[in-house]
Amino acid sequence: MSQWETVIGLEVHAQLQTKSKLFSGSSIAFGAKPNTQASEVDLALPGTLPVMNMEAARMGIKLGLALGAKLNLHNVFDRKNYFYPDLPKGYQTSQLDLPIVGEGSLSISINGEEKVIGVTRAHLEEDAGKSLHEDFQGMTGIDLNRAGTPLLEIVSEPDMRSAQEAVAYLKKLHSLVRYIGICDGNMQEGSFRCDANVSIRPKGQIELGTRTELKNINSFRFVERAIEYEVERQIDILEDGGSITQETRLYDPDEHETRPMRSKEDAHDYRYFPCPDLPPMHLDQALVEEIRATLPELPEAKKARFITEFKLNEDDASVLTQDRETADYFETVINNSQGETKIIANWVIGELFAHLNKDNLSINESPIDAARFADLMNRIADNTLSGKTAKQVFAELWSSDKAVDDIIDKKGLKQITDTGAIETIVDEVIANCPEQVQQFKDGNDKVIGFLVGQVMQKSKGKANPKMANELLKTKLN
Amino acid sequence: MSSQHALDKDTVLNIAKLARLELSETDIEKYQQDLSAILELAKKMQDCDTSDVAVMTHPMDAVLRLREDIVTETDHRENFQKIAPSTEKNLYLVPKVID
Repeated sequence: MSQWETVIGLEVHAQLQTKSKLFSGSSIAFGAKPNTQASEVDLALPGTLPVMNMEAARMGIKLGLALGAKLNLHNVFDRKNYFYPDLPKGYQTSQLDLPIVGEGSLSISINGEEKVIGVTRAHLEEDAGKSLHEDFQGMTGIDLNRAGTPLLEIVSEPDMRSAQEAVAYLKKLHSLVRYIGICDGNMQEGSFRCDANVSIRPKGQIELGTRTELKNINSFRFVERAIEYEVERQIDILEDGGSITQETRLYDPDEHETRPMRSKEDAHDYRYFPCPDLPPMHLDQALVEEIRATLPELPEAKKARFITEFKLNEDDASVLTQDRETADYFETVINNSQGETKIIANWVIGELFAHLNKDNLSINESPIDAARFADLMNRIADNTLSGKTAKQVFAELWSSDKAVDDIIDKKGLKQITDTGAIETIVDEVIANCPEQVQQFKDGNDKVIGFLVGQVMQKSKGKANPKMANELLKTKLN
Repeated sequence: MSSQHALDKDTVLNIAKLARLELSETDIEKYQQDLSAILELAKKMQDCDTSDVAVMTHPMDAVLRLREDIVTETDHRENFQKIAPSTEKNLYLVPKVID
């Protein structure tokens, strides 16, 4: 419909799950009282010097390995200079020319098709503090707890062509950093933040259009909406004969619009130079191999294995491997149950996810742990429970810590698989529904569903529907 | 000093602005000369053939020391805030900034 092509590159800031800051021994625990986690180094008091956190370097390497990226074992910290009160040193320690992670890639799946998105680089840097602009007698309040928190900034190539692709890439990266345990991915708390560079160009043009940068979009939904809005805005301007101003814009989810943040005159001149306080980092291949050995099975590999090993379809395997916790839960259930993998997948994706969503819980907080879930699956597999009665047991499991078999006994939900018992009910139904029986005999096969339903109703859902179906057919033919 | 590398007044003022420095008229002239002399020296260095010299990122032949990821700092907020010009609700107060 449009003759315009959208070009998107993303910059993601992932807060590293270390215990201490990048260059000081201050804690980075979330939610501490203001300025209680800000030491001399974080406050940039004169005479202090940074000492680099080894774990942050290891996490950088870990990400590099997961992205199949070039690793810069020799890498360098630079100073990015700008004035802002929540940056006490007057510069951010970052990496410019020699970042710890070089070129890599991440593949996404769009409408069933694989697309490889280039990752330009990932570099280590420190976070700034927080400015609170409420009124303190006309002053701004500064909390430096976050100052010096280790971040990895992961920069993609401008390889994405739609908001959907951008979201797919972001989700993939989000899943990856959590899989390898370097970032908790909490977008509300700002542990995983995204800036999007968006431009448009006439289809077929090779040269890139002027881009705008959308800042700090804190949910997957907002990323999609912000980009879609921005693309529309740029198309309107160009089609009216105008031109795009290169600028930083902020997405306002309430108004669903983007607004300019910094004017062009203020465009930063960061005057980068290598940080004299930090000599170059030299890591060795032995460390890389040691880290490689600790890498867990990555989402792509796990998904492929779920498809071959558990005979799942692509969609189910994707959903179940989206995060490591869900995949682990599913595998624990599979390993402790005789049930069919497809049925178990349906129960996890259907009933379990629905309940988790409703109560806003993560799978780790599920009131039904994998062991009890596996018990439930076993009772479906051995025909003790029908689909319907299993849902009743599920509801009871959700709200209590009772065992599956206790609930079945107590509620008398054991499925009737005794032929004699079902036969009695089937005979009753045949006697009570002469009209439907006649229809069936006249060749209307569909009416069998109604008759099975009657059997299920009479047995309070406990009759094995398959047996009821077979018995009815035998008796009516 | 050759005038072709002399920095113009606006460039000096822009550099001063980025560094948050206030310059008097005489300062501006002085910095125009001083900074130009630095650029002159840089130009001389750029004229050397360094194609087979590895980029030096640090003047000392040192390698970054890494520390274990352990929390070693305790809360000294009270002490630090004693020397701050202004604080309130445990925050450091600074002249209002809105970005």
